[in-house]
Amino acid sequence: MEAISLIVRSIFVDNMIFAYFLGMCSFLAVSKDVKTAMGLGIAVTFVLVITLPINYLLENYVLKAGALAWLGDDFANVDLSVFSLLIFIAIIASFTQIVEMVIERFSPALYSSLGIFLPLIAVNCAILGGSLFMQQREFSNIGMATAYGFGSGIGWLLAIVGMAAIREKLEYSNVPKPLKGLGITFIITALMALGFMSFAGIDM
Amino acid sequence: MALLSSKTKAALLGPLNKNNPVIVQVLGICSALAVTSKLEPAIVMAISVTLVVAFANVIISLLRNTIPNRIRIIVQLVVVATLVTIVSEVLKAFAYDVNKQLSVFVGLIVTNCILMGRLEAFALGNGPWPSFLDGIGNGLGYGWILIVVGFFRELLGSGTLMGHQVIPQAFYDAGYQDNGLMMLAPMAILLVACIIWVHRTVNKELQEETN
Repeated sequence: MEAISLIVRSIFVDNMIFAYFLGMCSFLAVSKDVKTAMGLGIAVTFVLVITLPINYLLENYVLKAGALAWLGDDFANVDLSVFSLLIFIAIIASFTQIVEMVIERFSPALYSSLGIFLPLIAVNCAILGGSLFMQQREFSNIGMATAYGFGSGIGWLLAIVGMAAIREKLEYSNVPKPLKGLGITFIITALMALGFMSFAGIDM
Repeated sequence: MALLSSKTKAALLGPLNKNNPVIVQVLGICSALAVTSKLEPAIVMAISVTLVVAFANVIISLLRNTIPNRIRIIVQLVVVATLVTIVSEVLKAFAYDVNKQLSVFVGLIVTNCILMGRLEAFALGNGPWPSFLDGIGNGLGYGWILIVVGFFRELLGSGTLMGHQVIPQAFYDAGYQDNGLMMLAPMAILLVACIIWVHRTVNKELQEETN
């Protein structure tokens, strides 16, 4: 129950894009058509669901102050949290590399349609952001961390697919010249974010 | 002037205007929006990013002939993550309150697209000195957007600047109210849209053809 509530909250209330603006770069760059947006959204969700539990284990059994106590009393006072950033980004980057190779091997079509954006998942702020928020919120067990990763990923996917759908329709509208392209995309994002704020009161 | 040839001058000054990382190259939006509800964290963030970009550029530029092409992204991430860890520890030691306000966004400098973008596009092909200037230029180009957004959000949203009240009490007595909407996240993105609007009205060659 707690996990479901967490998933719903992270999809709607704490949406990665609309509440924290994480992963905006690829959000703005890849939201031109729905199909590619969908592919990237799924890839991001996938990477989030895998890397969050791994980073959760590392955080709680290696990095946190006192986390190494299971190695023996000598290690009870070791605090490696300074390295968390390095470790997290290394996990994310290497995992992205694996996902890239797997997709290339088993689905060349998806691979070629995602193109450059696949390796860019490694520097997608939403992924590292997920790990850092996980660290900050101190989830009680690994299941909650996974649920958080899943919810954040789905929230990101919803946002980018919605944006892509709106932008496809935007082809036919008459936008003031200086606002064309980037400007209008920003304004739409802001309006969507305002819309998503109405979910803030949800309590399960 | 020998110190700044025209090329290095372009590397330093271009990003401030025509080649701005945030509003033209669309890099580093994520953190630009989340830390700007007050002026102070915006300034701290601007300085941190400038330092990290400049020094990451120098280091990668020095290493550029020894890094194997295949693993360059990991090398870049390690260099950047190390620099960010240093910045984050310094902030924790000397500006703890601001560090609290910035929360995860200091760590997220690692994935700030400006860094990867500049390292890939500039530092891998240029010497240390131009790379340093390019880093400073891009950091400042990013910084002034942050500071403008932070200025308006704090001024209109809470009537203060850097925590000092600037809107006179007489205004409030006459019925003026702070615009709470400015404190909400979406307004940051609207403000950036307004900056883009003004910037592209002035620089017509940057306007795009399609929506």
